[in-house]
Amino acid sequence: MTETLPRAGAGDPVVGRPIDRVDGPAKTTGAAVYSAEVAYPDLAYATLVPATISRGRITSIDTAAATAVRGVITVLTHENAPELKPPQPFNPFNFATFAAGTQVNYLKTDEIFWDGQPVALVVAETLEAAHEAAALVRVAYEERPSAVDFAAEEGNAQPQKANMVLPSGAKKGDAEAAFAASPVKVDLRFTTPPHNHNAIEPHATTAVWDGNRLTVHDSTQSIDWLRTHLALRFDVQPANVRVVSTYVGGGFGGKSVVWAGTILTALAARAIDRPVRMMLTREAVYHTVGARGAATQRVALGAGEDGRLTSLIHTTVARTSRVGGLPETLTSPSRHLYATPTMLLQQHLVEMDLIPPSPMRTPSEGIGSFALESAIDELAYQVGMDPIRFRMLNEPATNPVDGKAFSRRWLPEAYALGAEQFGWSERTPEPGSMRDGRWLVGMGVATAFHPAQQMAANVTVRLSVDGSVVVRCAFQEIGVGAATVQAQIAADALGVPFENVRVEYGDSDLPSSAAAIGSVQTATVANSLLEGCEKLKKRLRSLARRHGTTGQSHGETLARAGLPSLEVAIGSDTRVGKVTGQVKFFTRFLREQRRWMKAAYGAHFCEVRIDQDTGEVRVARWTGVFDFGRVINTKTATSQLRGGIIAGIGMALGEETLVDPRNGRIMNPSLAEYHLPVQADIPQIEVMCLDEPDPTMPLGLTGIGEVGPTGVAAAIANAVHHATGKRIRDLPLTLDKLL
Amino acid sequence: MGLTPSTASSVISLHINGEKHQLCVDHRTSLLDVLRENVGLTGTKKGCDQGACGACTVLLDGVRINSCLALAVQYDDREITTIEGVDHPLQEAFVRHDGFQCGYCTPGQICSAIGMLAEHKGGAPSAATEHLSESDGELSDAEIRERMSGNLCRCGAYNGIVAAIGEVAR
Amino acid sequence: MKSFSYVAVSDVEDAVRAIAAEPNAKFLGGGTNLVDLMRENVERPDVLVDITRLPLNGIEELPDSGIRIGALVRNSELAAHPVIRTRYPMLSQAILHGASAQLRNMATVGGNLMQRTRCLYFYDSASPCNKREQGSGCTAIGGFTRGHAILGASEHCIATHPSDMAVALVALDAVVEVRSEHGTRRIPLADFHRLPGSTPHIETELAPDELITAVEVPGVPVAAMSRYRKVRDRASYAFALVSVAAAMEVRDGRVSAVRLALGGVAPKPWRAHEAEEALLGAPATEESFGRAADAALASAVGQGDNDFKIDLARRTLVATLRRLLTEGSAA
Repeated sequence: MTETLPRAGAGDPVVGRPIDRVDGPAKTTGAAVYSAEVAYPDLAYATLVPATISRGRITSIDTAAATAVRGVITVLTHENAPELKPPQPFNPFNFATFAAGTQVNYLKTDEIFWDGQPVALVVAETLEAAHEAAALVRVAYEERPSAVDFAAEEGNAQPQKANMVLPSGAKKGDAEAAFAASPVKVDLRFTTPPHNHNAIEPHATTAVWDGNRLTVHDSTQSIDWLRTHLALRFDVQPANVRVVSTYVGGGFGGKSVVWAGTILTALAARAIDRPVRMMLTREAVYHTVGARGAATQRVALGAGEDGRLTSLIHTTVARTSRVGGLPETLTSPSRHLYATPTMLLQQHLVEMDLIPPSPMRTPSEGIGSFALESAIDELAYQVGMDPIRFRMLNEPATNPVDGKAFSRRWLPEAYALGAEQFGWSERTPEPGSMRDGRWLVGMGVATAFHPAQQMAANVTVRLSVDGSVVVRCAFQEIGVGAATVQAQIAADALGVPFENVRVEYGDSDLPSSAAAIGSVQTATVANSLLEGCEKLKKRLRSLARRHGTTGQSHGETLARAGLPSLEVAIGSDTRVGKVTGQVKFFTRFLREQRRWMKAAYGAHFCEVRIDQDTGEVRVARWTGVFDFGRVINTKTATSQLRGGIIAGIGMALGEETLVDPRNGRIMNPSLAEYHLPVQADIPQIEVMCLDEPDPTMPLGLTGIGEVGPTGVAAAIANAVHHATGKRIRDLPLTLDKLL
Repeated sequence: MGLTPSTASSVISLHINGEKHQLCVDHRTSLLDVLRENVGLTGTKKGCDQGACGACTVLLDGVRINSCLALAVQYDDREITTIEGVDHPLQEAFVRHDGFQCGYCTPGQICSAIGMLAEHKGGAPSAATEHLSESDGELSDAEIRERMSGNLCRCGAYNGIVAAIGEVAR
Repeated sequence: MKSFSYVAVSDVEDAVRAIAAEPNAKFLGGGTNLVDLMRENVERPDVLVDITRLPLNGIEELPDSGIRIGALVRNSELAAHPVIRTRYPMLSQAILHGASAQLRNMATVGGNLMQRTRCLYFYDSASPCNKREQGSGCTAIGGFTRGHAILGASEHCIATHPSDMAVALVALDAVVEVRSEHGTRRIPLADFHRLPGSTPHIETELAPDELITAVEVPGVPVAAMSRYRKVRDRASYAFALVSVAAAMEVRDGRVSAVRLALGGVAPKPWRAHEAEEALLGAPATEESFGRAADAALASAVGQGDNDFKIDLARRTLVATLRRLLTEGSAA
């Protein structure tokens, strides 16, 4: 199952080893500089003023008291804000249009589309003055009736329209008829609340104009999209916009598209012709950054007496807004996980007067898998079969929705290994049958799944006569260990020691990278990097032939050729180069889409303990076995998967954004009242990786950022059922639901 | 200081990482903002400004506190240690055990852990302590988890943090 | 946050004089709650009188085997004190279950008593709130009430008091010593916090010109046999849904002494006298514990979201007594 990689020379291979992060020393000494920490002379501070109604119009806005606060430079509103172009509508052929979080042109409209929409921006000499003044801006509104209560609006949902990137449904045979005729069945409704990303670093921007040139230091997941988007909004050439984003303090989807903070900081800097910084308050993150909306799902499964699925129905309702928002593909897991002769999948959307939703780790499969993997467990109990055996019985040979071949799928192996490691055989299947003192003990499993994709990235690779290598690519270090793993890949591809490779990143002046979203970045950059290394080696071989240094070191070849260094480029960031890259990417994307079903998979095993008196749920043990292709760095990969599982535990047990159904106002915009998991919630998490390369992916790797959280909530809910006999189909799984 | 309140701002001295800083601070300015915006020590992070995440943890005379809820004016003449002034085996242990991903909560985690180790050494109990009358309990993983629960990590590096602290403590 | 004047005082006389001189002045201790609320524009003082340098940071044993705790003793220091850990373990536990270690290192004993509710609508200055602005209405009623009161609420306010420490203290008959220019007075903690009634903006009996100087806890032998149990939405660093401070002594199978209080369920730390009465002299059995819990919650009313807390409080009370019986004290 292992594949031999071409190696161009000496040096121990480093791919697959637990290499320490190259950014470790900077991050543990405080030397790592984030976007709100760049020093500029004459810096001003900005802060936002949020709307306090969910729909209507500003009738008057009084900034006199705010402007009078000592230290205030200006207060921008729709009455005086400088020119700002509206966002372009979504166009799948222009990824820059993805980047608009909303269609609202901030401070260029008097219309309010959600509670929290910025209605003014205060710019001041100090943070204190800015915040004091923001509280003094007086806004009068003409309110209109608004749709903010998801439970009340659910019935108005319309079938979601498909586009070439996001399918919205699927039909195979007559699933309803097959369901009706099935001897064993479950028909279940699941509900999930809104969630917020809550990266610990709030969105932060430092913006500086020099004439018509804009530099922004921004905590973004997508340097290239942000750059093109800002160029569009401020009506300047993309070449005149520079985005610097070296370290990003977490994103989880919340920094994948462009929201008000970034745009309005740049607008403020233009208005006062000085450098301006804005770090959103935690409240403003909730108010101005779209996140996950509430959803309901129906999963109806039918099976024969033998336990084979006869019908799979999965329909969903989620929300969008009147001003944009990317819907999730909640039915995604149902397209790919189980063999079934009939299938009916349909997603529905309802427009609401709330901030546009945006992807959150893990978009689509995070929520979708909670419903499907809970329902599968329920059906397994109906059939009277062990839930792992039930899954293996229904394991498909080809992709269930369309019969495509799997590029690779070792899910049964993951379950087998996990069951052994976790001690699944010690589980007695009867609900409520396992106890330890005052604790009710339950064990549950669920499948993790996330489709693998690649996007486009440009890189340069330069080898110097001293044997050092510089890789340049405009990705950011958001915590995935990007610079570390790409250096490992380059070291092995060029046959040089890991220490010789330096990666330059985090600046749009570098060749453009794919965004850190949807688990695409590592494979995408690796693909271009490998291509670059091959190209470089080809040129080195030809130089070596010409100068008689074949078999000697790269450095020797360069020295003999009289070259201080040799650099190759993959892709180009010229206007033509980008269009060519986009076309090339789409051609490959569509071809690959037709041929293969590629994904990362995993098997989650968990043990929960529930206090018999209070219903408190504690996750006591966790084993996750993953099949995501080749492991580049066992240390960072394990961390990322653990982190994903912890995100899933948060979603399962505590996380919920409270949107008041009376007025659409978020009532817990706070890390004290939105319950992320804390240290004490998290046990030791065992992660194992099968390390089977994917033959269709560069170096055999797929992404791992998104697969971890999928299935986690279902595994916990299944374990809770095992412990208590209660099925909780409504997240979060708080103790009141178990009393 | 006399009894007459000084308006709006005051001059204070802060000893930060062994260096004395004379500063004129707006009374509203938190210790966190003084460090980040006035002194240029940006290693201490702002995560919530609500006392709810621990990213801003610094050591005040060796004791861990949340600098976001500390008004700088209150800390005249006090000794502050930030991540920039830390030289501790925990830092290397955090790297080796991968006790971080994005790195944003890390300075707070490390300062918090240093304060926590001192608290434990001084016999302070925690909510995880089984018998409060005993003051020499071992620093088990469960104790570390409870004592470090004031430092959120959204990337989910909790296991690595416990491993790094456990290794240094034992 | 609006601009304010600041003065640091070094003796108690100066502190009470400074506060009396300014109509809109506030004492500043650890700042963990006040600074947060000022940032939210909920608190808007003109003057802050910094009292952290006052000599009120001692913990002294009293002749009646009680203890006197200076108002500026940090929460962490009190929790770690050997006398508290052995004679009043539920107090130590209560403190250790509140907030985080960093906050406990900052927060003072006096400040803990003065902390204000975590009601989501109180914190949101765009929502009408009778506590913030008398007569403006209560937005919490009909809203998200998971954290709200089931005991002692009124039609004007359903907020809970967030302290853990105060729950243990009220079970111990603690007394709050306060000082003003007019002298010293002692207020039993049980009377210190007010129920909202029609004046939810007045939260305590403390006059605006009074300073908490100390909290005294009498000798309570049964307190050595005590536990604090907090139930919350995550394993640490969250406010209580329900908490129970319980001390119980059993002789010959019967309850010979008992102290019970509830947290997270009422606008004030809630002494469960009815439950104590039901339990005293009764056999130490599950049935007696259940009857005591029923007595404690006889007048409980839910708001919808928080209905479960009635059952939860009952179960937690019974479980805590059971654990005291089977496993003994937390000391």
